[in-house]
Amino acid sequence: MSARPESAALAHLRQLRHRRSQQLWQRLGLLGVCLFAGVVLTLTLGQSYTPVTTVMRVLGGAEVPGVGFTVRELRLPRAVVALGAGACFGLAGVAFQTLLRNPLASPDIIGISTGASTGAVFAIVVLSLNGPAVSLAAIGAALGVALLIYLLSWRQGVTGGRLILIGIGLSAMLQSVTAYLLMRAPNWSLQEALRWMTGSLNGARLDQALPLLAALLVFGGLLLSRRRDLDALRMGDDVAAGLGVHLGAARVTIVLAAVGLAAVATAMTGPIAFVAFLAGPIALRLTRQSGALLLPAALVGALLVLLGDYAGQFLLPARYPVGIVTGVLGAPYLLYLIVRDGNARRTL
Amino acid sequence: MSHPMSHSSLHAQTLTAGYAERRVLDNVNLTIPAGQCTAIVGANACGKSTLLRVLSRLLPPSQGQVLLDGTDIHRLPTRHLAKRLGFLPQSPIAPDGITVLELVSRGRHPHQGLFNRWRPEDDAAVVEALSATHMEALADVQVDELSGGQRQRAWIAMALAQQTDVLLLDEPTTFLDINHQIEVLDLLTDLNHSRGTTIVMVLHELNLAARYADTLIAMAKGNVYAMGAAAEVLTATMVREVFGLENRVIADPVTGKPMMIPLGRHGGVAHVQD
Repeated sequence: MSARPESAALAHLRQLRHRRSQQLWQRLGLLGVCLFAGVVLTLTLGQSYTPVTTVMRVLGGAEVPGVGFTVRELRLPRAVVALGAGACFGLAGVAFQTLLRNPLASPDIIGISTGASTGAVFAIVVLSLNGPAVSLAAIGAALGVALLIYLLSWRQGVTGGRLILIGIGLSAMLQSVTAYLLMRAPNWSLQEALRWMTGSLNGARLDQALPLLAALLVFGGLLLSRRRDLDALRMGDDVAAGLGVHLGAARVTIVLAAVGLAAVATAMTGPIAFVAFLAGPIALRLTRQSGALLLPAALVGALLVLLGDYAGQFLLPARYPVGIVTGVLGAPYLLYLIVRDGNARRTL
Repeated sequence: MSHPMSHSSLHAQTLTAGYAERRVLDNVNLTIPAGQCTAIVGANACGKSTLLRVLSRLLPPSQGQVLLDGTDIHRLPTRHLAKRLGFLPQSPIAPDGITVLELVSRGRHPHQGLFNRWRPEDDAAVVEALSATHMEALADVQVDELSGGQRQRAWIAMALAQQTDVLLLDEPTTFLDINHQIEVLDLLTDLNHSRGTTIVMVLHELNLAARYADTLIAMAKGNVYAMGAAAEVLTATMVREVFGLENRVIADPVTGKPMMIPLGRHGGVAHVQD
């Protein structure tokens, strides 16, 4: 038994724990500051520069000629939708990656986002729906795809590798369905097509923030309630079950919540490439967190979409939708993961 | 650090289990002696790991049931069961960057509700687990930086922080050097003695199993071949029939327990005469 008195050991433990959580909050704070700076940047500096004080006045309701429309109708909705969709994608990605213990298992790789996109396009083009009905169609299609992947990869149990490959195949098929539907659409436009193929914030409206916020509250809350189960699941199904995680219930809840998040975000912005895929691993490397990476991944996702969109609008020679920028960021990482020798012990 | 010596009993009744079409366990009946250290031995694919998985409710049996103090474990809420029965798989995965302290703290999972914050008794359990496994000094070290033996001690500490009456371990000494194997088995014996924890482990190494277990279960073809004290179970006949290995069993000069010496075709065997 310990030579040190119990109380000293306890104090040491608390100190370690305290230092670790302080570290986490510092990193989260840093991410928060970056996000805030990003929002300030996108609101003030676009085609033209608007001083912060003017932006504040406009947001406060004052009429400033020449600026009101730019800030209120263009920049603000873009920033808000970027934050909401990015957080949704980040949460959905890290939830799937943790559940399946594989960085490739994110919804944008295994076809969940593509399915949501196909569902949304089908609802708009074929069923002539709009508003919340489109979101519901996206959620329905994404759930259908999730179920289909699960059933197709079932061989007396589901292994991550098979599930991912089947998801990638389905994703390619669904993408061509989306393209087909878009080409048949009566008022086919390149803008729309780009949005549903790669994701874009062009034409973002403030009223889109509402479904995103609702998704974050409902599905994000659901994920947060399974935070400890996700912690345990990072150690493998057997350890998690041994620690009292009800695997069946945890899996259903987590998949449902993650699919909901990815689908609602996709219905608003299209399947912004690789945000869900990148957010978790980046969050892990930034925070070195051993636990569920929900909050850090949400912040990283929001930051990726916000800055990706800004770069696509103003930092590149031509204007590109955000999905193209994040796609360029994500593709090398995807290649790296595939080329990297299969280190099965790495979970994210 | 006093623990109530509450011995939980674990019974397997007419257990049949397997994967898909392959039946691995066939009508197994046994009682794990409460408060003792039990080792399950047997050739590859004899069903020993499957038995452990069924006992720890990771694999539902197709027939029969496992009773913990008289209740079918599949009728107990998962979290409730996890407070009484712990399980350590063969090669558990440590998340990237996790420290020993964080890993051991995970053992408190079943004791925490949805919104419960970390409580003083959780801290106490973690301190005790670290101290029992001599891991206090390594509390702040990342698990992937530990040696094999230290890593296994960290995982055992996590299982200890769970504070269960029964602890099931699947080959806790695999991939360890002999000195670390002894270290881990000594540690488990300490726990069994000081806390009365019922320990059930699958072991490959027959002589270590005979030395450390109060009860040996030898399995063959999906059923129990023999069960009892090491002296009764570890016999030349058992090893021949269960493992298909010609051998001699002598008394270990140090402990007096049975010790199996394999008779291969080489290595000076010709000079050994019965």
